[in-house]
Amino acid sequence: MDKLVLKNISMIYQTIETETKAVEDISFNIKDGEFVVIVGPSGCGKSTILSIIAGLINPSYGEIYLDGEKISYPCNKIGYMFQKDTLFEWRTIFKNITLGLEIRKELTKENLNYANILIEKYGLASFKNYYPRQLSGGMRQRVALIRTLVLNPEILLLDEPFSALDYHTRLLVADEIYKIIKAEGKTAVMVTHDIAEAISLADRVIVLSSRPARIKTIIDIKLSVNNKTPLLSRNAPEFKDYFNLIWKELDKNEY
Amino acid sequence: MNTNTPSKEHLEYISKIKHKNMLITITRILILVIFIAQWELTARLNIVDPFLVSQPSRIFKTFIKLMQEGNLIRHTYVTCIETIIGFTLGTIIGTLIAIILWLSDFTNKVLEPYLVVLNALPKIALGPILIFWIGNGQPAIIIIALTISLIVTIISVLTGFNNVDEDMIKLVKTFGANKYQILKYVVLPSSFPTIVSTLKINVGLSWVGVIVGEFLVAKEGLGFLIVFGGQVAQLDMVMLSIIILSIVAYIMYAIVNRIEQKLIK
Repeated sequence: MDKLVLKNISMIYQTIETETKAVEDISFNIKDGEFVVIVGPSGCGKSTILSIIAGLINPSYGEIYLDGEKISYPCNKIGYMFQKDTLFEWRTIFKNITLGLEIRKELTKENLNYANILIEKYGLASFKNYYPRQLSGGMRQRVALIRTLVLNPEILLLDEPFSALDYHTRLLVADEIYKIIKAEGKTAVMVTHDIAEAISLADRVIVLSSRPARIKTIIDIKLSVNNKTPLLSRNAPEFKDYFNLIWKELDKNEY
Repeated sequence: MNTNTPSKEHLEYISKIKHKNMLITITRILILVIFIAQWELTARLNIVDPFLVSQPSRIFKTFIKLMQEGNLIRHTYVTCIETIIGFTLGTIIGTLIAIILWLSDFTNKVLEPYLVVLNALPKIALGPILIFWIGNGQPAIIIIALTISLIVTIISVLTGFNNVDEDMIKLVKTFGANKYQILKYVVLPSSFPTIVSTLKINVGLSWVGVIVGEFLVAKEGLGFLIVFGGQVAQLDMVMLSIIILSIVAYIMYAIVNRIEQKLIK
């Protein structure tokens, strides 16, 4: 069954001087447990789509369905991860991770227990009482992910989550975060402008046009690797074919 | 990298820095000593008129005399208390008003031009009116000190609030936070350094307010001593008050500075 359905989503930003169409008539379905990556040229409105799904902004037109029902906000089933880790420097790692629970007033024994399980499982136990500035960039991003996972969302929205990291760290963190998301059985929608990153993570890639964002094509990624991980995917023989295919799609209307 | 046995170069570097810092301290003290010495000397030799510029030994005598009369501590205490109350109130009330303005964008927009005008106005000009309204006494002095620091506090704290990382606010919104929770969890804690540094500015401003207030109305306090000393042509008393004022103002600034470092760590 489809987990998340977007129907004819359009977004027009209003200012005094003018109105700007950011997103035009976007429709797609995402299956339960699927990892979908949206790629598009910079500034095309990719992040706007995530913000709309997260309920941070209202679309001008269109509807969103979650588990077959029209979505209502605030929606506890959706978790959001940003480009920057946005950890709170004045809180310890543990307090950062439980921030969402605190705001939702759900600091129950079970939830704290679950937080501790995740912290333990993903190697942050010895850093619980550290402050964010004492952690490396990759580790901070892992904390940001755990902070989202603690709320037990069913869908994760990832807004260029690796772009603030240097290239080497980026590959490693992408691998790590992919594994965590799969291990926890989450559905994920990620936005990026990095084609290789998109192919290495995605079950499906949605290619957008430049502004206003429209869907140009949707590509199923089928790589002949066992136990797919983002790092292994990059070695698959089909990898460069997909790369060229998406490259051409993006290239058509750019520059 | 080995901290147990520092290298020769490192030791040399440290001793160089220490040497330089010592030189700076010695020079500082020397300047003060020379200044006081030439003051005393030129006054004794009547190169300058000791009636007009006073002289260190006379200031010291006045100090002893006033201490024996027992008033000096009282005057200093009164001025310090007025200043502390003034800048604490200025910081608290200013922060509260900034919170209200942050919560209501409409109020903020409406009041913006008034704030700008009030900020530009030299608040001292309100002195006589405030005295007329509040009466001739300590409350008036404190209110004058308060008005001087209040507007600056509102404006700088509000700027701090508006500079909070948008993504952090977005994040807690995805957690379902309402406006008060955004304030409590994001805006206030991340503006905390701004608020503390406003405290530092406010100490200085409140001294100005308190002294001017005392000029206008007081029956006691260092500002009163300065005006009184001027009226009875006792410049020793004026000079003494100014020296005490600069010492206590420095101490208070140092305390706030220490508090800032403690809190922001």
